[in-house]
Amino acid sequence: MNGKIVAVYGNLVIAEADGRIVQNSVGYCVRSDGVRLLSEVIRIHGRMADLQVFEETRGLKIGDTVEFREEMLSVVLGPGLLGQIYDGLQNPLPNLAKEAGFFLTPGKYIHGLDTSRKWTFTPSAKVGEMVESGETLGSVPEGIFEHRIMVPFMWQGSFTIEKIAVAGEYTVEDEIAVLVDGEGQKRSVTMQQHWPVKIPLNIAKQRLIPTTPLATRVRIIDSMFPIVKGGTYCIPGPFGAGKTVLQQITSRNAEVDVVIIAACGERAGEVVETLREFPELIDPRTGKSLMERTIIIANTSAMPVAARESSVYTATTLAEYYRQMGLDVLLLADSTSRWAQAMRELSGRLEEIPGEEAFPAYLESRIASFYERAGVIEFKDGRRGSLTIGGTVSPAGGNFEEPVTQGTLKVVGAFHGLSRARSDARRYPAIDPLDSWSKYVGIIDPKKSAEVRKLLVRGNEVRQMMTVVGEEGTSIEDFTIALKADFFDNCYLQQNAFDEVDGATPAERQRIVFDKILEVVELDFGFTEKTEARKTMVQISDLFRNWNYAPTDSEEYKNLLGQIDQFIATKGRQV
Amino acid sequence: MRKYFDEITRIAGNVVTVKADNVGYDELAVISSSRGSSLAQVIRLEGNQVSLQVFSGTQGVSTGDKVRFLHKPMQVPFTDELLGRIFDGSGRPRDGRGEVQGEQVDIGSPAVNPVMREMPNKMVETGIPMIDVFNSLVESQKIPIFSVAGEPYNDLLARIGLQAKADIIILGGMGLRHDDYLKFRKTFEDGGVLGRTIMFINTAADPVVEALLVPDLCLAAGEQFALQGKKVLVLLTDMTAFADALKEISIILEQIPSNRGYPGDLYTQMAKRYEKAVDFDGAGSMTLLTCVTMPGDDVTHPVPDNTGYITEGQFYLRHGRIEPFGSLSRLKQQVNGKTRDDHRAIMDACIQLYALCRETREKRDMGFEMSEWDRKLLKYGQAFESKIMDLSVNIPLFSALDRCWEILAECFEPAETGIRRTIIEKHWPAQKVGS
Repeated sequence: MNGKIVAVYGNLVIAEADGRIVQNSVGYCVRSDGVRLLSEVIRIHGRMADLQVFEETRGLKIGDTVEFREEMLSVVLGPGLLGQIYDGLQNPLPNLAKEAGFFLTPGKYIHGLDTSRKWTFTPSAKVGEMVESGETLGSVPEGIFEHRIMVPFMWQGSFTIEKIAVAGEYTVEDEIAVLVDGEGQKRSVTMQQHWPVKIPLNIAKQRLIPTTPLATRVRIIDSMFPIVKGGTYCIPGPFGAGKTVLQQITSRNAEVDVVIIAACGERAGEVVETLREFPELIDPRTGKSLMERTIIIANTSAMPVAARESSVYTATTLAEYYRQMGLDVLLLADSTSRWAQAMRELSGRLEEIPGEEAFPAYLESRIASFYERAGVIEFKDGRRGSLTIGGTVSPAGGNFEEPVTQGTLKVVGAFHGLSRARSDARRYPAIDPLDSWSKYVGIIDPKKSAEVRKLLVRGNEVRQMMTVVGEEGTSIEDFTIALKADFFDNCYLQQNAFDEVDGATPAERQRIVFDKILEVVELDFGFTEKTEARKTMVQISDLFRNWNYAPTDSEEYKNLLGQIDQFIATKGRQV
Repeated sequence: MRKYFDEITRIAGNVVTVKADNVGYDELAVISSSRGSSLAQVIRLEGNQVSLQVFSGTQGVSTGDKVRFLHKPMQVPFTDELLGRIFDGSGRPRDGRGEVQGEQVDIGSPAVNPVMREMPNKMVETGIPMIDVFNSLVESQKIPIFSVAGEPYNDLLARIGLQAKADIIILGGMGLRHDDYLKFRKTFEDGGVLGRTIMFINTAADPVVEALLVPDLCLAAGEQFALQGKKVLVLLTDMTAFADALKEISIILEQIPSNRGYPGDLYTQMAKRYEKAVDFDGAGSMTLLTCVTMPGDDVTHPVPDNTGYITEGQFYLRHGRIEPFGSLSRLKQQVNGKTRDDHRAIMDACIQLYALCRETREKRDMGFEMSEWDRKLLKYGQAFESKIMDLSVNIPLFSALDRCWEILAECFEPAETGIRRTIIEKHWPAQKVGS
């Protein structure tokens, strides 16, 4: 069905249609030179459809044709997604570069999967069996996983397998099974299928409460403000506080099966860093290149803004697909503020009544439904899969009292607030231990982490007092508390991101170090004067810092641990 | 055949609405009025109502004036003849010489495919120690100078332009004071680089809409040179004027403002320009240095704030010096590890000691007693400010590193600097060792 353009304003096109229009369906605006620009119906009034165009609208004219489709904006799912670098609409960027060179040419779209590549398919279902959508028909090896080929998620009801391909080599377009539905209708199954990005993909028996800790190997996160598999968290922070660095390091070290990076409206340079470095980096858990467990969705700030809005959904859908396979998936969205701004731009063009800071009134519900796509699910056969979502937020002026941060805080399970003061003091990660929180239970006993948190709060109070009354006016007891708080901050909460050992601490080692540090913190040193107190704490800090740099169970590690134990045994009394 | 449309239905601010057909979005038009003719750009199509943003303003435009559409977007000619030339915000010569003929290139080209970008890895030496030593500038970096009115930010920009050893320098002025424009021209002339400079200048007296085009013109021309393998340096001043022009237009178009009157797409508009900075995989590069004046010295103002999220760091220019705290080059790690083995150590030590010096000064001002160590820090602070931080200091990187060592040796014992023993042994000025 076709329509005609009646208005163009920025990336918004209004078209008059002469038939059925489906909300959120795909349309193509055809420029007079024949180039077809992908767009999406976002509002319908009478015979008019408002479309957001995913490209620059330069050159579109009144009266130009719009081709309306029935299907909603979708992604293609199948083997070969891992290791890819896509734009926000799932066009593989390396292939676009091969065809179009340096620039992203409007109107050029490429299939998301390599249709010529052959995959080794092994059937697991048998002819005559009854299956439903999401059930496994067979599998192909993809990287380190068995990629399950499933009954298309869109299909409703039960089907009988009439035919299934024998083990062998197939492309994603080859038929691998024929299913018959209740009415005797035959349907062909290939290894690829489509799913609309804005609809959550979640075909499971039930959703479970997320409880398994997800180790990121960042000590302040895992020990103090943990995240769990299937949980959600956010990282708000002013510019330069290290949001992206933290996300990059998490994408390397997180103990999950698949990582999806959605670079949404951020610098292209950062994506380049990831995509040049990841193929070279080896995942210590698998021995393979990190890229083999990663998918990058890059919609950088200079790319069209409507595609930025979709890129987050594209990334989420790919993540949900791998969750359907029973894997643990981590989605890192950087930055959700740019995604929210894309909504704001569009809302403004639609002349909707604005909410706070001109964001649309539905901002909060959109944020909520995005994070709600995370979760642990259990399938009929008892397997489980999880999707964890971590989003950065870039609040204007670094002020957390703004709609995107506030809307996010309401729905996430953990909050890692970055502070300008900490990043200026070159403390990495700049997560503020006093403001941040997590509703999850991690690898450390909550009672223990509550204890050190109390110490940090108390230490901060003493420090503030000290700026007024000076060191002389502070009691030795208070002074010791401040020193202990600093010691914990310096030796545990901060990490050297550039050091191989200190930069990534596995969960097991975190437990050991945390307990040791707690022993020190709980010591009653019985100091009588401040110079002695400072000297003693400098000494133990030095031991711990070097211990953090020593490879686990190395000679140096054991040696330093011995010295620490010696210190604890001689310097104070346990209380 | 030339077709004119003369049914102008609305004139408001710099926007004229005319009844017309067969008009493409974003294309150019010419409005001929009693004041002469001006270029205009299509910014909205609604049925047969075409809204145009008039570059030279709508003063004197009448409902009887004629509009002719050019059926092409704004373009810039690309040829070596651009070198040494000066244009206004509409791309017309302002140096009294003739029009430039050459291949026409559309401005506002699509984004560069990220996989065709190279990792930035080449340092740009500026001769300014606060940049070279402490926050190295890197080829293809996009970085602003955050400053306030009254600071010599344009002088600094011109100096970097002169000393950065770029193949091509492109200067874009937005709302530039005429004096500043002449000063830039004189600096480049005296420095002998005018022959490889292109200027697009919109002065404060020129129409504000033209300020909007300046970055696009500069970047479109620069991009073409970069594609030919040239190292291009683009200087834009002042991006706050650009943002204010955006604000003005969006208010006229009755867009809902998001923050202090600025449009909701301020981030996108600025990012689109800044992201043009690039190191092409297999071609040249474009480095982008801008000035952002912060109204009221407030870094949370929407313009510097959004800029900070877009750019790869920032230089704070305050009291005539590049402030070591807050200034940041996000790309410095890519280059400062391979200049000289002491570069990073000097960078960290000098800044940490200077931070301690500032604390000591506070203590001194509050009347606390100064210890021996405090006096060392005070001495160091003064030497560091006059021999390194001062903007008039103009020395190559290695000399700057040597000078830092000298200052450290004058003020401290080796161990007090916190620098690793191995580096100290190699670089500590000889006559001072063990003294």
